[in-house]
Amino acid sequence: MKSIADIKAIRDKMQAQIVVRDKEQSNEIRIVVGMATCGISAGARPVFNTLMDEVSTRQLRNVKVSRSGCLGMCRLEPIVEVFVPGQDKVTYCHVDADKAKVIIANHIVNGNICTEYLIGAEE
Amino acid sequence: MFRSHVLVCGGTGCHSNHSEEIIKEFNNLIVSQGLEKDVQVVRTGCFGLCAVGPVVIIYPEGAFYSKVQVSDVEEIVSEHLVKGRIVERLLHKETETDSAAVKALSDTNFYKKQTRVALRNCGVINPENIDEYIAYDGYQALIKVLTEMQPQEVIDVITKSGLRGRGGAGFPTGRKWQFTKDAPGDVKYVACNADEGDPGAFMDRSILEGDPHALVEAMTIAGYAVGAHQGYVYVRAEYPIAVSRLQIAIDQAREYGLLGDNILESGFAFDIEIRLGAGAFVCGEETALITSIEGNRGEPRPRPPFPAVKGLFGKPTLLNNVETYANVAQIINKGADWFTQMCTERSRGTKVFALGGKINNTGLVEIPMGTPLRTVVEDIGGGIPNGKKFKAAQTGGPSGGCIPAHLIDTPIEYESLLAIGSMMGSGGLIVMDEDNCMVDSAKFFLEFTVDESCGKCTACRIGTKRLYELLCKVTDGKATMEDLDKMEELCYYIKDNSLCGLGQSAPNPVLSTLKYFREEYIAHVRDKVCPAGVCKSLVNFSILKDKCIGCKMCARACPADAILPQTEIMPGKKLPYLVIDHNKCVKCGNCMSTCKFKAIIKK
Ligand SMILES: Cc1cc2nc3c(=O)[nH]c(=O)nc-3n(C[C@H](O)[C@H](O)[C@H](O)COP(=O)(O)O)c2cc1C
Repeated sequence: MKSIADIKAIRDKMQAQIVVRDKEQSNEIRIVVGMATCGISAGARPVFNTLMDEVSTRQLRNVKVSRSGCLGMCRLEPIVEVFVPGQDKVTYCHVDADKAKVIIANHIVNGNICTEYLIGAEE
Repeated sequence: MFRSHVLVCGGTGCHSNHSEEIIKEFNNLIVSQGLEKDVQVVRTGCFGLCAVGPVVIIYPEGAFYSKVQVSDVEEIVSEHLVKGRIVERLLHKETETDSAAVKALSDTNFYKKQTRVALRNCGVINPENIDEYIAYDGYQALIKVLTEMQPQEVIDVITKSGLRGRGGAGFPTGRKWQFTKDAPGDVKYVACNADEGDPGAFMDRSILEGDPHALVEAMTIAGYAVGAHQGYVYVRAEYPIAVSRLQIAIDQAREYGLLGDNILESGFAFDIEIRLGAGAFVCGEETALITSIEGNRGEPRPRPPFPAVKGLFGKPTLLNNVETYANVAQIINKGADWFTQMCTERSRGTKVFALGGKINNTGLVEIPMGTPLRTVVEDIGGGIPNGKKFKAAQTGGPSGGCIPAHLIDTPIEYESLLAIGSMMGSGGLIVMDEDNCMVDSAKFFLEFTVDESCGKCTACRIGTKRLYELLCKVTDGKATMEDLDKMEELCYYIKDNSLCGLGQSAPNPVLSTLKYFREEYIAHVRDKVCPAGVCKSLVNFSILKDKCIGCKMCARACPADAILPQTEIMPGKKLPYLVIDHNKCVKCGNCMSTCKFKAIIKK
């Protein structure tokens, strides 16, 4: 026997898991993590998982996190690319879990590109 | 937390194409790759695009793979799931793009013009997992009804939405609920018609297979509204997957206390049982269905009294179709106004159709009422295969009529279809092209009703048989012009005198083809030809002697030894040509499909 509160709790828990299945093409933001051998050995997995967790806990329905292969700049991995419709692609390099959180908060939610993590910013 | 969801269609269509083995293979390979914590495999209901099944869709990319074989799974796992590279060779053609991303399914022609209300969860959730249904706002309407609304308010919302029965007749649902509520009596029942006897139709099956909780929730709401505590779902035993998923849904709902004695601690009691039918068309008729649930032979009885007054076990009974119920929870959640927006003046909401026949995208589609037939055939259906021409579409199955090519812009809704002599029906939509003979198609449906007539009333039992015989006379080339008039008269006799809707509507396919394709009937009668070349008695195969090279391939293919070589050799040929003996020919057409030189013609 479940109470109404139980049903609501199940709904909230499940909704966080199921955002993966929404695909609203029109204004979808895509975050792509390089997950080839180079990316993974440089620590792409925790980055990917952090991005997924952030997107689902914040219920960002129009944001999709996915993986890609090697981008050819293995020394800069983990690399995260952000595609916002109507804007140029943004590429972050040497991302870690903490930076991933900042990217979600500043760039995805508030629309401010994290210039300090951009490719080329370090050099 | 799963980062990837692999959705595999488990509808009957894909199931019979081995989707179950595909699921197993995915699970095996995912475990052997150590991805079981990252990737979730979900068996869903029908996606609708049955023509390209088995289908698999992988999120978050939304990659839509079609015609997937068990042997393809390894590549999908190692490429897509492990390396994140989409397997382009398996992508459904329409979703391919130039960039690395894939086009969303909702942007393809097939889905773009559809509006999914009754089918909203089909192909989206795992129908055997109540939590997934809840995630998509499942049981929210039931909570709202039990905590915030009086039964009369529930009925008022349904009435205001303008929802009409999706089982065929299109009776206003709110009024039916009101009648049942107002009928005197302490004990009342709620029943669901999931008999779906219309040949080629599979809308209700797909809802049961893809979103069974939607039915459980709606019937419980209906029970609350009309004052019933017991529900019955009458479903044919020929739908084993639907039956088992519905039973799982009922069990899960009981476990969660969403069915039972004290639903969500509101004090309201309701439960549902499944009753299996043996698959007789007449048992879809409401009074026959009720008789069958009671344990008797499924025969109709005259109305009134209507089931809302005197139904199951003599008690007031609300009977609605599966698809009708599938709209209810969403109307409660989103309000009557939301529903009326998808509409024409008298037909609200959407309608699901099982698209079949001569059409590229065979499958399940849901369109807003009032969508022109042309949109369904040309855009959603992807047109007619092999560059053939659209000739007609049959809606309403054996009770319906045809829509000829010149009326292809007719909006699909109850009244406009009735006006042109067809009907909405329960949702079968069969497309015919120039190779279909309209007399033959009418004969097909009549043969069906002759078989399915229960025999209780004479007009239907004998009338449909005689009508069928007259149609055979036409297709045999033995009918006279008077026979056509006799046929029409008999049609009206059957319609006027039959006991139930089966007989009353059985002549419709004949009447509507007589109306729109009379010249085709006349060609059979007067000229003794079948213009489409379908009716065997009226077609003759012959060999063009100047094209025949004498290879004898046709003679070898002939099951009746009806093709014999001559002695004369045509100029420029090395061997004597062949000739078909029309006395022996059984008109199977094997010779014509065997001949590589197009030397055999059908006339
Ligand atoms: C011969 C015959 C067969 C029918 N078959 C079905 C059927 O398979 N499914 C269905 O829902 N309604 C069928 N109906 C219509 C039912 O009698 C009834 O109108 C319907 O179930 C009411 O539900 P609704 O108001 O939700 O449409 C059939 C009617 C006739 C006359």
